Parts: sequence; structure tokens; C-alpha cells
Amino acid sequence: MTTTTIEAAANRAAHQREVGPAPKRIVVAYGFWIFILSDIVMFSALFAAYAVLAGNTAGGPTGADLFNIRNVFLMTMCLLVSSYTSGLGALSAEQRKPERFLIFAVPTFVLGAAFLALEISEFMGMVDKGAGPSRSAFLSAFFTLVGMHGAHVSAGLIWLVYMVAQVVAKGLHAAVLRRLLCFSLFWHALDIVWIGVMTLVYLMGIQ
Amino acid sequence: MDGDDLLVEDRTPGVEEHESTASILSYTLGLGLAIVATIASFTVAQTDLLWPPGIPAGLIVLALAQIGVHLVFFLHLGSAPDQTNNILALAFGVLIVFLVIGGSIWIVANLNANMPMH
Repeated sequence: MTTTTIEAAANRAAHQREVGPAPKRIVVAYGFWIFILSDIVMFSALFAAYAVLAGNTAGGPTGADLFNIRNVFLMTMCLLVSSYTSGLGALSAEQRKPERFLIFAVPTFVLGAAFLALEISEFMGMVDKGAGPSRSAFLSAFFTLVGMHGAHVSAGLIWLVYMVAQVVAKGLHAAVLRRLLCFSLFWHALDIVWIGVMTLVYLMGIQ
Repeated sequence: MDGDDLLVEDRTPGVEEHESTASILSYTLGLGLAIVATIASFTVAQTDLLWPPGIPAGLIVLALAQIGVHLVFFLHLGSAPDQTNNILALAFGVLIVFLVIGGSIWIVANLNANMPMH
């Protein structure tokens, strides 16, 4: 075989490598990433509404009167560590270790549920003090934004239970792994949105 | 194992096996940096460590830093060729988010400033 034919074959191989379709895993993750970004754009509208209405307290309580920063710090840590354990779970799943995935799913769920419980008790405490969503434009915007994040966390918890059931029933085959990848993207994205809520709503609200 | 059989369907000719750059170390490093940024945010917000009128700006910088940490260490966004589309989509998302939030604040502040009864 001459050098030119070898070169031609190598070029053809390199060309094929570049134009071949991407693996399904990458395409699925990209599609889900687009969904997450659109979800974040939806959140940005709620953030904008909150930023605009934060000062309109209608003579009612302000953020500084209502927010318990220690509670918010606890919620932040719950969600952050939950994100970490869900990442370790996704890693175990990629390495085909279903038992380790199931072990990491437990703290992910418990910490997510603890976050939600703290948030619900905060909301109920505010409503008891007469600072419900109908009190002022500030509180309407607050409950919409923070409640929407809480609704996403609730959906994530249900999704996690569903994923655990799938791993137990079907094992870690390719389709389940792709769904797990989407779940982990979703759970990490919720933590990113929470950074925005924690900074814009709570930490700036007590200034 | 039937799981392995199903995996075959996931490979496309000409594309290398997906290599995971994620590791326990990267997640743990990310968690450590995120905790540092969170504690810094809460400290800045509750003390006079920063010049008080500069606190909101400091909080925004810390939040952006933490979002960066999450994107790199948890979501594994990077400069790999198969990440180009993800990065471009993210850039577009960030553009829309800043237009919506920044634009709303700007417009409403202007309306409030021009409202004679307010």
C-alpha cells in the first residue's frame, strides 16, 4: 500500500469522525439543557417582578421584618449538600454501581425534603403574622417567586422517587442513565436558581 | 446482563466512548468552594465588613462566582468540543435573563421617577 492511500484512508476516517451524529446521551442532555434554560428565563420574569415590587409594601411588613436569616442559611446548606449527593449518585450510576446510587439518593431526598419543610414552615409563619400573599405587592411577588422555586423542588423530589423506582425495577441501562442525567441537571439547576433567590430576595432584603 | 446489551444502541459509529470528566474530587472541590461563597455572602450581608452602600454589589459578585462554581463543578460545563452547543445556549439564556431583569428594573425605575403623584 502506498503512503497516499494510507493518508487518504486516514483522512476519510477523520472526516467520518467529525460528521457522525452525536451520541444520544449528548443530544438528550442538550435538549434538556434547552428546557432548563427556558425554565430559568421563566424564573427571570418572576425575579424581575420581585425586583420591581420589592419596595411596594403598602404599609405592611418589609423583608427585614420577616426574614429569618438563620433559617435561610439552613435551607441553602440543605439544598447545596443535596445537590452534592445527587452529583455523587449520578457519578455512581455512570460507573454502573446501582447500590451506591441508591445510597446517595437517600440524603439527596432527605435534604431536599428538609429544605421544603423549612420553606413551608416559613410561609406558614408569615401567613400567621398576617403577611400572606394578599397583604402587599411585595409579598405577592415574594410568594410567587419563592413558591415557584419550592414547586420545582417538590417536582424534583417526586422525580427522584420515580428514578429510584426505575433503577430498582429496570437496572442501570442506557435509557435510565439518560433520565438520571436529566434529573441531575434539573436538581443542580434548582440550586443555581436558589442562589439567585437567596441573594436577591433574602440577603438584599435585610439591607 | 441485559443492561449492557441495551448500551450498544447508545454508541454511534465514529464517536469515541463518552469519557466522564466528573469525579468525586471535582464534586467535593465544587462543594467546598460553594460553601465558602455562601458563608461569604451571609457574612457580607450581616456585617459591616464591606462599605455598606457597596454590599449589594458585593453580594451580586459572590452570587455570580457561586453560579460559576456550580456550572463548572456540578454541571461540568467546559470548553470541550461537545460542549460548544451547551455554552452557546447558556450564553443566549444569560442574555435573555439580563434583558428581562435589567430592562424591567430600568423601565419601572424611570416610570416611578416620572410619576408626579408618587
